[in-house]
Amino acid sequence: MNIHVTINGKNYSHDVEPRLLLIHYLREVVGLTGPHIGCETSLCGACTVELGGKAVKSCTMFAVQANGASITTIEGLAANGKLHAIQEAFWNEHGLQCGFCTPGMIMASKQILDRNPNPTEEEIRHGLEGNICRCTGYQHIVNAVKAAAKATGA
Amino acid sequence: MIPQTFDYTAPATLDQALALIAQGAKPLAGGMSLIPMMKLRLAAPEHLVDIGRLKELNYIREDAGALHLGAGCTHYEVETSPLLRGKCPLLSETAAHIGDVQVRNMGTIGGSIAHADPSADYPAALQALEAKIVLRGAQSQRTVAASAFFLDTFATALEPGEIVSEIIVPVEEAGAGASYQKMAQPASGFAIVGVAARLRRSGGKIAMARIGVTGLAGRSFRATAAEKALENTAGSAAEIQAAAALVAQGVEANSDLHASAEYRKHLAAVYAGRALFAALARTA
Repeated sequence: MNIHVTINGKNYSHDVEPRLLLIHYLREVVGLTGPHIGCETSLCGACTVELGGKAVKSCTMFAVQANGASITTIEGLAANGKLHAIQEAFWNEHGLQCGFCTPGMIMASKQILDRNPNPTEEEIRHGLEGNICRCTGYQHIVNAVKAAAKATGA
Repeated sequence: MIPQTFDYTAPATLDQALALIAQGAKPLAGGMSLIPMMKLRLAAPEHLVDIGRLKELNYIREDAGALHLGAGCTHYEVETSPLLRGKCPLLSETAAHIGDVQVRNMGTIGGSIAHADPSADYPAALQALEAKIVLRGAQSQRTVAASAFFLDTFATALEPGEIVSEIIVPVEEAGAGASYQKMAQPASGFAIVGVAARLRRSGGKIAMARIGVTGLAGRSFRATAAEKALENTAGSAAEIQAAAALVAQGVEANSDLHASAEYRKHLAAVYAGRALFAALARTA
């Protein structure tokens, strides 16, 4: 089936099998390896991307379901060589250790702040429920989201 | 984790979708239950019909004292709808407990209840709300009560060719209080046991009590014995505890690696008590 998608502002058109998962489409067909394959069972959130303004787990979605949609991956956040405010905050607050969960964490954090620019700590933790950090570095991740909220709200 | 091959159609209208479903195609909405089952090859539909983007199934509106939700509403939409938060807060509160943000962004209320996982959250609220479920086929439409919809583990009143098209819940009675409390399985977030309670007081007495239970048995149910025990009492702590203890009575409880039947029955009483106390605190 032929699909047309916009990814990080660029238009793509590919002929794909209906059973191709969105994460495999992004990584293997389009070549965007920022979204990671962690658990493949929609629990860990490493594959999180933004689809039509909503954070989704791209391991639990078929590429054909995204036909006509606009997708943002971690690669699409930095603009003109400048990190996105959330990326900057993850860097400053040591919001990553091994970095495997980071692309998903940042995309989930973006969803939190897009919907609620000034979240409480509880709201941040509720918003990150779908993302697992196997280094267990959650406190710094929460700090990073707070810092990003402050930076963008100022 | 790659599913078997299938054909995929994304029809523009519900009628087109229902015509394909009548021929044996499987509806795909948010995919939060079906896709994991396909990846594990527990399900291998030959033809998927994508109803997840049909605007016809995506609405929340009030009509004659009832709230009508299109089956395609996502959990996030149910969680955040100002209309539902104001007029049926139990359903919004329950939706907020489902999975995680990404799952709530994709998963739909119709898909969840059609899947009928015995540990899903919605059924508790829908039982307590005495919700009605509208089922549509290519040539048919009928409405069944939630109590008659959930039949057993992954089994519902849906006939081949039918989909859940709408969920109808009442506008909450003035002064009523409600709450959903669950013991979540820490990894999956599913309810080991979940209890939804609605209470209304009148003249110092509990005038109405509704209790819906999920996770405890193969199907969700209304705990009518506990409801009856509570109605016309003053709703004292002792009376609530006594009613909560009745929730699991006579129930053939599920048993799995997360919780034995005996432990589930214990949890049901504990969480029924929490839901009832929280609901009572919210009554006017």
